[in-house]
Amino acid sequence: MQARGLTVRRGNEVLFKALDFEVRAGQLVWLRGSNGSGKTSLLRVIAGLSRPDGGSLHWGSEALAQSQAWRERLLYMGHANALKDDLSALEALRFLTTVHGRTCTAERMEAALRRMGVFHRRRLPVRMLSQGQRRRVALARLALEDRPGFWVLDEPFDALDDAGVQLVQQLFADNVGRGGTVLFTSHIRVRPEGLELQELNLQGTRGA
Amino acid sequence: MSPLAAVLARDLRLASRRPAEALLPVVFFVVAASLFPLGVGPEAATLRQIAPGIVWVCALLASMLSLGSMYASDHADGSLEQMLLSRLSALELAAAKSFAHWLMTGVPLLLVSPLLGLLFGLSWDAIGLMALGLLLGTPTLSLLGGMGAALTLGLRNAAVLILLIVLPLCIPVLIFGAGAVSAAASGLAPDGHLYLLGALLLLTALGAPVATAAALRISV
Repeated sequence: MQARGLTVRRGNEVLFKALDFEVRAGQLVWLRGSNGSGKTSLLRVIAGLSRPDGGSLHWGSEALAQSQAWRERLLYMGHANALKDDLSALEALRFLTTVHGRTCTAERMEAALRRMGVFHRRRLPVRMLSQGQRRRVALARLALEDRPGFWVLDEPFDALDDAGVQLVQQLFADNVGRGGTVLFTSHIRVRPEGLELQELNLQGTRGA
Repeated sequence: MSPLAAVLARDLRLASRRPAEALLPVVFFVVAASLFPLGVGPEAATLRQIAPGIVWVCALLASMLSLGSMYASDHADGSLEQMLLSRLSALELAAAKSFAHWLMTGVPLLLVSPLLGLLFGLSWDAIGLMALGLLLGTPTLSLLGGMGAALTLGLRNAAVLILLIVLPLCIPVLIFGAGAVSAAASGLAPDGHLYLLGALLLLTALGAPVATAAALRISV
């Protein structure tokens, strides 16, 4: 995935200008930058939720927005967990996997929830779960993936405890091991074992 | 289950988890319409004459009630982002959400409308005609409502803005819906009104989801 001359504005403020970078298969990339430096905006542009104000994004030789292969691979998770309060954890997870066209059995979903340590809470409505547990349910989507994906994750470690952070790093390792890519933001420094962590820093990319 | 069916099933399930909230439009419909005899007076002939208009105005307002939450809660918790990035096109999403809205508000209104017809002393023919009109008209209201809900997404005072955007667009539906029953009452054929309601439905079914999809892409 390459970005060429990417410019993103928020209102009249230029968040970054003429940004060039490349993310390759099998890479684990930590997107860094201070608050308000445009990390979330960049991730949203990559996910296709908003359009860049300049520059282009490519997947191989194709433009990102047109690429079917890219859509197949992309897995985006924003700040919000996208879980409905009134659904149970299992129902919420099933909905998310179904709309994304992943067919998956109840056993696999339960296994994913078990791996994330929220199996015993699977029948409770999401509103009864703590913030950390909700994040774990949302992240169980990652545990369900079995193909190399391009994960775009905004603060995945938010609200997680140490054990949760470890779990998510294992999920990263699984995906990178399959030849997938993980691009994430985090305000805590993570040190995934046995993985090379690339850094992409948004500091100093701001234009006039 | 296909992604489209999943969105539909989820909206219906969410409604079933909050039955009181889901029944609100239909309760409003009945209560508001039954206030008119109290205000206007119990004269049967007058009531019979204004009944179609009252039922249609109340149906229109009732179906606007739940528009505010149509996309807003999905927007707030991130579900909308996920649905827009999913296998569904924004167009399919818009159509599915409007259809779910119709199933949850339009259909109940349709089902209780004979009750109101009886309350106003309408003949069975007129009641049947009114129900037929509602069957053709309420999906149009849901489609237009979806457009208003998507356009006002993330704005303050969204609930009032939706009304200001959508109500004027609903005027033709109101005219031909109520007109069908009135025409039949004065001995004219109601077919023309019903055809026009059907034409409005086709037009909005083709146009509104496109506009809704575009609005969703901008708002998210």
